[in-house]
Amino acid sequence: MRDAHERLDHAALRGSLFVVVAVLSLLPLTRLIWEGLAPGGTASTSALVRVLTDASTWTATAHSLVTAFGGTLVAVVIGAIVALVVTLTDMRARSAFVFFFVMPLLIAPQVVALAWLQSFGPASPLLRMLGAAPLVGSRNPLYSPAGIIVVLGVQYAPLVFLTLRAALRSLPQELMDAALAGGARPFRVVRTIVVPLMTPPLLAGVALSFVSCLGNFGIPALLGIPANYVVLPTLVYQRLAGLGPGVLSDVAVLSILIGAMAVAGILIQDALLRRRDFRIPAAAASARAFELRRWRPFVETALWLLLVVVLVLPLCALVLTSLVPAVGVTLGIKTATLENFQFVMFEHAAARRAFVNSVALSATASIVIALIAIPLAYFVVWHKSPLFAAANIVTEIPYAVPGVVLAIAAILLFLRPLPIVGISIYNTVWIILFCYLARFLVLGLRPVASGYRQLDRTLEEASQIAGARLMRRLRTIVVPLVAPAAAAGALLIFLTAFNELTVSALLWSSGSETLGVVFFSFQQGGDSTYAAALGVLTVIVSVALMLSTLLFARRVPQGVLPWRD
Amino acid sequence: MARLTIEHLSKLYGDFRALDDVTLTVDNGEFVAILGASGCGKTTLLRQVAGFDKPDAGQIRIGDAVVSTPEYHVPPERRRIGIVFQSYALWPHMSVAENVAYGLDVAGIRNPERAHRVNAALALVELDGFGDRRPALLSGGQRQRVALARCLVTEPSLVLLDEPLANLDVHLRASMEREFAKFHERTGTTMIYITHDQAEAMALADRIAVMDHGRILQVATPSQLYREPADATVARFIGEGMVVPVANVEIDGDATCTADVLGRRVRLRHGPASARGTHACLREHDLRIAHGNGVRATVTSVVYQGGHFRVEATCAAAPATALHLTVPEPCGVHAGDAIDIGIDDGWLLPADHESQLSEQR
Repeated sequence: MRDAHERLDHAALRGSLFVVVAVLSLLPLTRLIWEGLAPGGTASTSALVRVLTDASTWTATAHSLVTAFGGTLVAVVIGAIVALVVTLTDMRARSAFVFFFVMPLLIAPQVVALAWLQSFGPASPLLRMLGAAPLVGSRNPLYSPAGIIVVLGVQYAPLVFLTLRAALRSLPQELMDAALAGGARPFRVVRTIVVPLMTPPLLAGVALSFVSCLGNFGIPALLGIPANYVVLPTLVYQRLAGLGPGVLSDVAVLSILIGAMAVAGILIQDALLRRRDFRIPAAAASARAFELRRWRPFVETALWLLLVVVLVLPLCALVLTSLVPAVGVTLGIKTATLENFQFVMFEHAAARRAFVNSVALSATASIVIALIAIPLAYFVVWHKSPLFAAANIVTEIPYAVPGVVLAIAAILLFLRPLPIVGISIYNTVWIILFCYLARFLVLGLRPVASGYRQLDRTLEEASQIAGARLMRRLRTIVVPLVAPAAAAGALLIFLTAFNELTVSALLWSSGSETLGVVFFSFQQGGDSTYAAALGVLTVIVSVALMLSTLLFARRVPQGVLPWRD
Repeated sequence: MARLTIEHLSKLYGDFRALDDVTLTVDNGEFVAILGASGCGKTTLLRQVAGFDKPDAGQIRIGDAVVSTPEYHVPPERRRIGIVFQSYALWPHMSVAENVAYGLDVAGIRNPERAHRVNAALALVELDGFGDRRPALLSGGQRQRVALARCLVTEPSLVLLDEPLANLDVHLRASMEREFAKFHERTGTTMIYITHDQAEAMALADRIAVMDHGRILQVATPSQLYREPADATVARFIGEGMVVPVANVEIDGDATCTADVLGRRVRLRHGPASARGTHACLREHDLRIAHGNGVRATVTSVVYQGGHFRVEATCAAAPATALHLTVPEPCGVHAGDAIDIGIDDGWLLPADHESQLSEQR
């Protein structure tokens, strides 16, 4: 009897996990591809031909490629150099530097874009206070492809940094010592040993930042649309915003195009890696730092100056803008005001709703994903079945494809009422929640999986020997032990969802605005000061949450919290 | 308490035979050690008995109940056995008392019986008053004892110990060995003790099963294992026995015979199946320096071991076998010297292991 119960427990849990993964990770994109093949349900190439013969498609594609390659180049140069210097030298205050350097990743891209906009241009409060602002009416230099490239590069440099730094840390010291013992000087060691061995993580970082740049919506939306420089994600947004769901088949084709470019980027990286053996022997001791000696102050100054330029100055500009009573007024002690904050927090109805919506959406997504990830990772890591290995890979898809692609897929999926129950979640907050669950599932799964990998399996086996069945083992032993990892994952999801714009920009409706959406509409409406105030508030919340995690960071597997070194 | 019966058990991982036709019976209340080098299959066997893995052939019975066959499998949580894991596997988020009480909670046993049994179990391992501590705050030996208390509180029919001393200091091991022995005496539980350390196995077990390459080579009492190894592998593994060829065996009693060993006529012990044996096992203390009347040999190394020397030598009659013996201090022998070695005793290995011996060559 009890044996049958146990098998039933297993089967029911496994079955429901497969259903969840299939619905969240496979269903939307399958629906999207179906739409590309058979628009409106009948096999036809008309939408395909229409979109592919439209000149604006190819202009946007070219723009997307230019900004994605440019942004990736900037990100790789900054990220790789900083990773090498931070990991391989004896610089001081390393943890603090990493915390700040990684911060742009956890601030919304659109907020970063606004902060940069406010650092330059005629309305820049910073430049105005210094009396160095360009003449009113002159063009902000960031409204250009170059501006998009620079901001994308700064935004995603931490991605390259993090992949490289993780790999550099597991580079065995012996490999470098052997070269030093052979008489090579540090620079030669870096050039001939470290850099060649770092090719795989570097390429992984390149692919990651290429896909991120390609899929980014907030930065080209803020910097490109005013300059009439349209990339694929903004083209999808404009089509959908201008013409409504009637053009769904067209934007589906565009989404597939973006998705295909992202997949191509990942495949090229994979193919490059196959050509050589990059396997590294297991590390006995991790890399030791080279001494900078008299160069140390200079290197440190350079690194912190970089931080000032890419983070401190833009954020200062953002804060100053949020204190300006109206765009164009010169900021001084007398003119500074908190009215913008008061307005977005208490007076503007949509902004108030957005706070509630964003917090509720992010909290729900992070909790629900934690509840899915704990049993899912249990089977993925501890019950090595091929089906769960496949499920693990499948969860990566909705995060790997650009957000626009997932949003369009969700619209196609939910445009008609749900079968059987007959309720429609299109134009409600639920469709956004669905997308968050699908997109961020992998963010919650990865930390929990690494939590399981660090856990001694015998802890569970001991409770099994004591007679505990699966559900009891999960509840009393497994959940308490992986809880810190799950909490870290949940926090990561909260931060990402809280700052999210790409998905909600396409899915929001009156009443279901998110903070990103309200921020974006302030900025589009020319209310930069309100947008700045909202941006400052989200940055404060994000940084506070990042800092709060340092309290329980020691119980979280290493590498889970990107800002913790 | 229950008898454990393992019959013709086999387990394959791909082409690798992790367990190969293993048969072993452990009597009620018996303490059996499973001894072997790492990779010999002893942990695989333990996981089979515990139910974490399913066999490809054979069966396991606990008491009269069949628990494992290729078709039928009782999950670990229903086998009513206890395990002390090598890593102890104490739950770090629970106190010592909560760790010990876990199995009782699962079984639905409530206070006051629950508290009474937890205290009794902690008293049994001499950890009274440690109930509120966290496992992380305990020493290695104390954790070991908590693991033992946790495994015994539910009165399992069978206790499996997976290298329980491997993570302890040398001096702690000796005292824990005594604890285990005392403990087994007091409770009379059937125990199976997995180890790679023959001194541990010899000190603790009623019987020892020696494993190699997934097979059980011999099951015997410690003394029998040492004095009468079943084959050349056991002879070499246990107590570093020297296996040398013999010729012209002449049986001269139920248990003794004479034979040519390294060119000398020597008296050996033998068992029922040894009559046509071709090899004998010699022990270190069976050899001595004979001064003129023994096997001619050349010393290859002399190593001081505190109070005595270990002398290694080779002889022309069997150049492949390194002989070794202990010589009390002062020694007076040096590497390169020629010596005579006298052989006082030896064990004629059973004949049917001849083929296996040539295989290993």
